[in-house]
Amino acid sequence: MGLLDSLKNGLKRSREAINEIFYMGGQVDEEFWEDLEDTLVMGDMGAELVMRVVDDLREQAARQNLTRAEQIRDALAERLAAEFPEAARDPFTDVPSCVLFVGINGAGKTTTVGKLAGRAKAAGVPCLIGGADTFRAAAIEQLEVWGERAGVDVVTRERGADPASVCYDVVEEAERRGAELVLVDTAGRLHTSADLMRELAKVVNVTRKRSSAPVSVVLVIDATTGQNGLNQAREFNEALELDGLIVTKLDGTAKGGIALAISSQLGLPIYRIGVGESLDDLQTFDALDFCRALVGEGM
Amino acid sequence: MFNSLSDRLQDTFERLRCKGRLTEDDINVAMREIRMALLEADVNYRVVKEFVGRCKEKCLAADVLDSLTPAQNVVRVVLDELTVLLGSTDSKLTLAQNRTPNVIMLVGLQGSGKTTAAAKLAYLLKREGHSPLLAACDTHRPAAADQLATLGGEIGVAVFRGEGKDAVAVASGAIQEAVDHLNDIVIVDTAGRLQIDEEMMEEAVAIKRAVRPDQVLMVVDAMTGQDIVNVVTEFANRVDFDGVIMSKLDGDARGGGALSVREVTGKPIKFVSMGEKPDSLEVFHPDRMAKRILGMGDVVGIIEQAQKVADEQQVADAERMLREGFTMDDLLSQMQQIRKMGGLQKLMGMIPGMERAMAQAPGAMDESQMTRMEAIIHSMTKEERARPKIINGQRRRRIAQGSGRSVQEVNQLIKQWGEMNKMMGKVKGMMQPGMGGKKGRRAMQQMMRNMGGGRMPF
Repeated sequence: MGLLDSLKNGLKRSREAINEIFYMGGQVDEEFWEDLEDTLVMGDMGAELVMRVVDDLREQAARQNLTRAEQIRDALAERLAAEFPEAARDPFTDVPSCVLFVGINGAGKTTTVGKLAGRAKAAGVPCLIGGADTFRAAAIEQLEVWGERAGVDVVTRERGADPASVCYDVVEEAERRGAELVLVDTAGRLHTSADLMRELAKVVNVTRKRSSAPVSVVLVIDATTGQNGLNQAREFNEALELDGLIVTKLDGTAKGGIALAISSQLGLPIYRIGVGESLDDLQTFDALDFCRALVGEGM
Repeated sequence: MFNSLSDRLQDTFERLRCKGRLTEDDINVAMREIRMALLEADVNYRVVKEFVGRCKEKCLAADVLDSLTPAQNVVRVVLDELTVLLGSTDSKLTLAQNRTPNVIMLVGLQGSGKTTAAAKLAYLLKREGHSPLLAACDTHRPAAADQLATLGGEIGVAVFRGEGKDAVAVASGAIQEAVDHLNDIVIVDTAGRLQIDEEMMEEAVAIKRAVRPDQVLMVVDAMTGQDIVNVVTEFANRVDFDGVIMSKLDGDARGGGALSVREVTGKPIKFVSMGEKPDSLEVFHPDRMAKRILGMGDVVGIIEQAQKVADEQQVADAERMLREGFTMDDLLSQMQQIRKMGGLQKLMGMIPGMERAMAQAPGAMDESQMTRMEAIIHSMTKEERARPKIINGQRRRRIAQGSGRSVQEVNQLIKQWGEMNKMMGKVKGMMQPGMGGKKGRRAMQQMMRNMGGGRMPF
């Protein structure tokens, strides 16, 4: 299955919903616009962004005399794709690189680290996993199982240890061994918990100072997240200066519109998207593919 | 916290309040705002549409428009509708009386917080005098059983792990284990699954068939967006659950999903999970939640929370404070108590209008302020704490130096103490003729005992 195909599969449900509108009649009238707006809102894109995009699109349709729903669909895909900023550098392939994974509880950080480590190993990149989630029960064990599966070593400490010092150890060990890609899992935390955010800021600072390889801080976000995702991303960005995003669990019926909202509002590139359970389902993000699949182009 | 549902609605209603009589246009403007606010709070689009339609109809009724306070009536209508939508009664766990062990099964998406909720539920049941057993039936996620075992160890609840990858066998084994060890409730933690994953949904159904749970609870992340409707509908159709635990409500998500779940499936929200600690599972109160969403505050919640942390010693302290006045030590212990109750932010969020006031003046009431005040008090001598009146200029300088704060800040604290003491005097006045309330009565009885049942102490 090609990249585009599985992407499309993952986004099938949302596409169907949007298609319903596009195939209605084909002529564009007031009802069409309203329905379009509603469908995009239902996709968690956020009312504000939807209004802006749809208003722009209406203007464009009038200017370029687009009267067919299909033409508007093309224009919409391009319009949405333009909302995503380009990634200047891919921290998972441009090695040496050190990446910290942050996010709220249950976003899928540990699983993502496991999958990326497997990918790196397969590509022959010397890789090391750091387990800085010393808070959640059995987080270290979970990561160790992933490390075993991927054939990548995990550097960690006992539960309750200071996560910043774990990071220090990880970076040191990576340099000693000549590991080129370092993936560090951190404990999930709600963005509203000021103390835990400060702890995380310390973890990031220590790693940025110690690592000779460029450090990226990546926010992992669950595609089923609603508008609160924006608050999450804003708070994490403010505290840590994020470099980019990874969106997980796009294989459900969730539309992942929040990814668009976050990416466009905070100017953060999306490095990877998770569209399934297996190792290969963590894919490189392509804005136009994503948007085309989202609005159902070529189906 | 900005742009939250209550902010938006309050803005809208403030505008409405400026008018004596509302026109249909006014109602339309208000309803549009409500619609946008609810959408931003992740209430499902269809639910919003219906909700706003219902509200509008009621608001357009003649007695609302023609009443003296139309805006207040609109608030009333929206609040009532919201309460109805959230379910109008408190929900509790329903367990069969004549069955041992009772079985509770938890289901949900990956990362929704099932394992954590299982431990919290076990803790709650244990506190109610039950002897729960946790069954680790998540055989898919690496180390999920380890996680449950660790959590179980922390709260002193037994965990059954079973052998192998067969979740159904583990679940059945757990029931037998409970029978052997006289546990009266088994909590079955299952693997997270997507509602479109045929195989995994089949597994959940198989577990359910094997253990015949008294209650199946679905754990739903409060931050879930529009997709919540698809998720809960599919789970309701396939596994059929009896109620919902909303997790991660300690974040700033408005939890609009709660509204959608109730409206779409008709299933009640039974518990809300509000933090990392095992005791942070709370019974869901639809009326309070509706009020909180509308920015009307959760005053009952504050009182209950206060009651939970207040122990006998503190009742005695309250008495003494009334009798002898308020010392710096009291101020210190009150600040520590606020911490215990989940911090200033959480408490303030429950008081009507406070959330907005705080949003407008950020930093005016933050936690670090409290830490500074604590530092200053810690730099006082015992004598100074008991009788702050003796703190003169020289002492102020010393305290400032000791705590690393400025003399002005010390002055400010002493001024605050003075005001609190004045307030205490007023409370004393109010309490004198009868001392209302349960707590008051208890304190009074104790006082009477102390004094040999004689005169009032003041």
